[in-house]
Amino acid sequence: MKQPATKHALILGVFCFGFGLVLALTDLFTSKEIATRAMEDRQNSLSQVLPAAILDNNPVTNTVILKDAEGKEVTIYRATKADKITGVAFEIYGTGYAGEVKLMIGIDPASNILGVRVLAHKETPGLGDRIEEKKSDWILRFTGLALGNPPAEKWKVKKDGGQFDQFSGATITPRGVVSAIRNGLEFFAAHKQEILGAR
Amino acid sequence: MAIGYNRIIRDGLWDNNGVFGMLLGMCPTMAMTTSATNGLGMGLATAVVMAASNLLVAMFRNYITQEVRIPVYILIVAAMVTMVDLIMNAWMHELYKVLGLFIPLIVSNCLPLARLEAFAAKEPVLPSLVDGIFMGIGFTLSLTAIGAVREIIGSGTLFANASFLLGPNFKFMEMQILPGDMGVLMMILPPGGFLATGLLLVVKRMIDVRNGKGIQMAGAHCVT
Repeated sequence: MKQPATKHALILGVFCFGFGLVLALTDLFTSKEIATRAMEDRQNSLSQVLPAAILDNNPVTNTVILKDAEGKEVTIYRATKADKITGVAFEIYGTGYAGEVKLMIGIDPASNILGVRVLAHKETPGLGDRIEEKKSDWILRFTGLALGNPPAEKWKVKKDGGQFDQFSGATITPRGVVSAIRNGLEFFAAHKQEILGAR
Repeated sequence: MAIGYNRIIRDGLWDNNGVFGMLLGMCPTMAMTTSATNGLGMGLATAVVMAASNLLVAMFRNYITQEVRIPVYILIVAAMVTMVDLIMNAWMHELYKVLGLFIPLIVSNCLPLARLEAFAAKEPVLPSLVDGIFMGIGFTLSLTAIGAVREIIGSGTLFANASFLLGPNFKFMEMQILPGDMGVLMMILPPGGFLATGLLLVVKRMIDVRNGKGIQMAGAHCVT
């Protein structure tokens, strides 16, 4: 039994329209909730590198957007207390063993690291994933360090002549993280005026 | 043609099990079974999509013509997956953070599509819904079993992080079976997925042979 092509087209069209409508409605009901969740996630990752004691604002709403050396936009979240900037945080990226490692770094106005946390990575479970705070305390060792402390030539993993331990079986991941942090500090140093300037 | 519900349930859970009977849906099976918890979560999300899309296709089965049925099925599965994705992102956010990346994979899973074509397109609404639910549960059990084998051998734990998935009340499920440093990393990596799936497939076939069923290729069609 052969039916005309227009009928099939019509049926397909009706289904596409119907489910399009259903999805539009779902989006309508969930989009606000999803935006709230994304905001909470952002606040959570920020609160790990910007201690609650140093701020009385919501850093998610106090931002400056700068361009890094490659022209990529970096959003800088600023923590303030009594209207004075007490710390800033922004995302940094390192190259790991299995692609990009995304981190959040917090820096105080005197250029010392307030904290570093891994936000997302695809490193090997059991080897490279020890950069996560919940797997090992490795990432905590960066807190309090700065560009001159240790000196620039020591801002490497031990295997490359620096001072940071790699993990047994995984050198590439820590190497990527260390250089991402160093780049982040250099970025901060180069743009200090703009970052700490007018709000 | 009436099919007993007993038959449908047994097909879904054992005889014609999506993973170990029909060997369908291997992509999410390999990707998501690095731990029992991940397998369970992926299985449950797939089960919801399968039940909903089976139900919808059975409802519209008399209006969908042969020639355009495949695009319509894919549309329905994709729409259900997107809805699950959005709803989980909004109201089950912790779970979404664990599974979020893998939910779009359900669209590429041929198991839902196979059940639509082989079952829901021909059968009434209620049996189709039951088929979707039990095929989904069968898929969930298979993924959880593969995940458990890989997790115990690979990292020495069982149901680690289950409380993220199911809520703090399920903390008791998290077990340390072997000392943490005894894990065989390969089982967590992709080859382990094939090894564990193969081993469990052998076990299932052995049980079938012992029960006198013999080895038969089931194929995607279960209607006999």
